[in-house]
Order: sequence, then structure tokens, then C-alpha cells
Amino acid sequence: MFDGRDPIYLQIADQIRSSILDGTLQEEEQVMSTTQYATTYRINPATAAKAFAELVDEGVLYKRRGVGMFVATGARSTLQADGRERFFAEVVDPLVDQAHVLGIEVADVVKRIEDRATRIGSEAETRGAAQGGAR
Amino acid sequence: MSGFGVQVRDLIVRYGDDTAVDGLTLDIPAGSITGLLGRNGSGKTTLLSTLAAFRRPTSGRALVDGEDPWENERVMAGTCLIRESGDVLADEKLGATLDYVEQARPHFSRELAERLLDTFELDPKAKQNTLSRGKKSAFGAVVGLATRAELTMLDEVYLGMDAPSRYAFYDALLTDYVEHPRTIVLSSHLIEEIERLFEHVVVIDHGTLLLAEPADELRTRGLTVTGPSDAVERFSAGRTVVGRQQLGRTAQVTLFGPPAADDDARARDLGVELGPVDVQDLFVHLTARAGATGDAGGTAGLRVAPSDDPAGRSGSLTGSGAAGSDPTVTEVPR
Repeated sequence: MFDGRDPIYLQIADQIRSSILDGTLQEEEQVMSTTQYATTYRINPATAAKAFAELVDEGVLYKRRGVGMFVATGARSTLQADGRERFFAEVVDPLVDQAHVLGIEVADVVKRIEDRATRIGSEAETRGAAQGGAR
Repeated sequence: MSGFGVQVRDLIVRYGDDTAVDGLTLDIPAGSITGLLGRNGSGKTTLLSTLAAFRRPTSGRALVDGEDPWENERVMAGTCLIRESGDVLADEKLGATLDYVEQARPHFSRELAERLLDTFELDPKAKQNTLSRGKKSAFGAVVGLATRAELTMLDEVYLGMDAPSRYAFYDALLTDYVEHPRTIVLSSHLIEEIERLFEHVVVIDHGTLLLAEPADELRTRGLTVTGPSDAVERFSAGRTVVGRQQLGRTAQVTLFGPPAADDDARARDLGVELGPVDVQDLFVHLTARAGATGDAGGTAGLRVAPSDDPAGRSGSLTGSGAAGSDPTVTEVPR
């Protein structure tokens, strides 16, 4: 846990952002307190507090006095919008570069992406049907 | 935030001809958990003993909560140093030591002490000098934590403990620190497990300061680069290389210094992988000495093999005089 190159507070913030994006943390759900975070992951409480402060600044989390930290309404769509630009710069651009180096046609790449997207779509549909169409 | 801060200014402590602390200037922020790191004989215990008023400075100042701790009743009541020996009554029962500390220390928590005795499986009726090394360490930690002093200094206290005891110690420390914030200084040369507990890190060597900064900043000061040798060389050109490993045509180098904005883009272009350096590795690199037998000249610091530093630049590591005029020390940009 937290063995990336970034400062630990940024890695904590990223982890919470990911949990919101993938739905592990729902909007208006309470998140762990800095104290719980510090003792659970054996990190300095000030480090955890710094991560939470950053997310509060971004409007991803908000504080209910005397109760704790909660995920803000709209946090997920905000994060999705932020992630969109980064996705193209950090994932798509290098992918195109690498395809070029390997002599792979762009049309082949697009076809692969479409096939994959179709499969993910149908898997989600099957899952949704199994859960009685919940979602 | 409660807790005593520490200011050390031009501190020199000599024992006869031996200079243990050699012109040290540093701050320990009030209310932080600070790691005091240094190799054996680097001056950690002397520094802490001076802060605890067990020693007087030869020259310079060591202030605790803004005052000289020497014969200072107010500051001493809030300062607790536990050295590796445990600093307890060796031929008394553990319970008797706790009775004694309870009388002497205003914030001592008997309840916490009893709970920790249980955690570490220590028998209050046992005498301290009959305990194993690990149990002695654990008892030192119990006394240090339960004292709840505004400045709590634990000198190499967890080194003798086995792994489960160490983890129990980290958990007890964090939990009690959150409830009762205070300044806690943990000195060690082994920091792998504990470095994430630090908010602030001080590294000393040969009685001089190598660096003092937030722990999170220290972590981003290093970088490992792995990939084909020539690509790794091109990526590392002009950077401070502190370690190098070669496996066939694949090389891994450890770079010291702040990351550059275009590191990720360059790594992608050159086909190399970037990874983190852990604080223990950085510490080893920072305090590595030229000769295996140590350096009597007292000019140790970040040594870089001449082949790694074609420019042959020289300078000091942090501007604190740590590296002296050693020509093999490369300047580290801040």
C-alpha cells in the first residue's frame, strides 16, 4: 500500500478518488476519519489529514461538523470530467505512439477497442439482468 | 497542538578529544512525530541526552520549548528520554518502576501502562534485569508512551523487539498520539517499517546535519530508473547517481534529487521504467562512506563515484556544512 513515487498524501487522495470513481464509495457516504486512516494503514495522522484537506479543497469531500467526512454530491461526475483529459494524454497518446513503433495500423487498434467495448457492454448487461436490472 | 518543540543551534558536544556532536543546527517541530536517523556513532544519543539535560553542551544551544533544559524543572517535567537500556530501575519489579514514574510524571497514565504491559505480555512482578532483550525494549516503550511527556524521545527503543511486538508498538504509539498529541522523537538506523509514521525526518552523520525536512518531501527526492543500459544512461545524464546495478543489458540506477517535470514523458520516450526509492535506501545512500571501515576525517556525506559525476562538481549536500570540502560530493539541487 502507498508504494508509488508520489508523496503518500497524494497517493491517499488518489486512492479515495478511485474509490469514488469505481463506486466503492458512494456520494453522501461517510469516509474513514483521518484517525482511522492513520491507524489502519500505519501512517502519520498529519499525512492523512493533508490528503483529506486536498479533497475538501477540490470539493470531492466535505466535512459535517462533529460527524466526519462525506463524499460530496456530484463528486463522481467532477472526477470523471477531470479524468477524461488525463486519460487521453496519459493512456491514448502513448498507445498511439506505441502502435506506431510496432507498425500496427490505427484501424486495427480501433477495431480492437470496439470489440472490447462491446464485450464489456454485454457483460454489464448480463450482470444487470442477473441482478434484476438493478442500477 | 501540544508538545514541546526543539531548537538546536551550532551545538557542539565533546567527550575529551572525541567530538560527538559537531556544530548541529536543526528544529524539531512541536507536536510532530520525528524520525532522528543516523548510523551507529553518528551522535543521535548524545543529541537526545543533551535535550534531556543528561549532558551539557560544550558550546552552542539546545532549547526545549524555548528554554535551556539544564536544571530547568518545568522543561524537565515534560521531557522523557528512553535509551536502549530502558532507563528504568533494573533490579526492581516492573510494577515498582511504574509506581516511581507515576509519582514523578504529571501526565503519566497508569491505565495505559497496564494495558501495554498486557499487550507486550510483561509480568509486573518480574524484575527488569531478568527480562530478555526484546522484553526490556518493550518495557522501555511502555514507560516512554505512558509518561505522555510533551517531548518524548525513544532512542532505538524498538530494535530489540520481535516483529509482532514492533507492530504492537507502532499501533500503540499512533493510537495514543492521536488522542494525546505531543512531540515524539524516534531515533534509529532501521526505519523500513516505521518511516510512514514520521511527519518529519532528521538525518545526522558524524555529528553534523545531512538533512531535516518533511518525510513526504524526502520520499520524492529519489528515483529508480530501470531499462536497457544505454537508455538508462541517457535518462540519468546530468543527474546525481547514487547507486547502480547491472543485470546483463538491463541497468537500474538510483537517482538523488528532486524529480523533473518531464521525467514521465522522457521515461516513456526512452523506454525506461521509473520507480520509487524507499527512505531506508535513501538513508543508506546518504550516509554511505567511501571506505568500508568508516571515515575518520568526518567528511562523510553523499559520496558519488567519480565515474558517475563527469562534471566533477563539488559542494555540500544541504549547505549545512555536512559534506565539507570533499571533492567527491555532488551538489544536490533543492
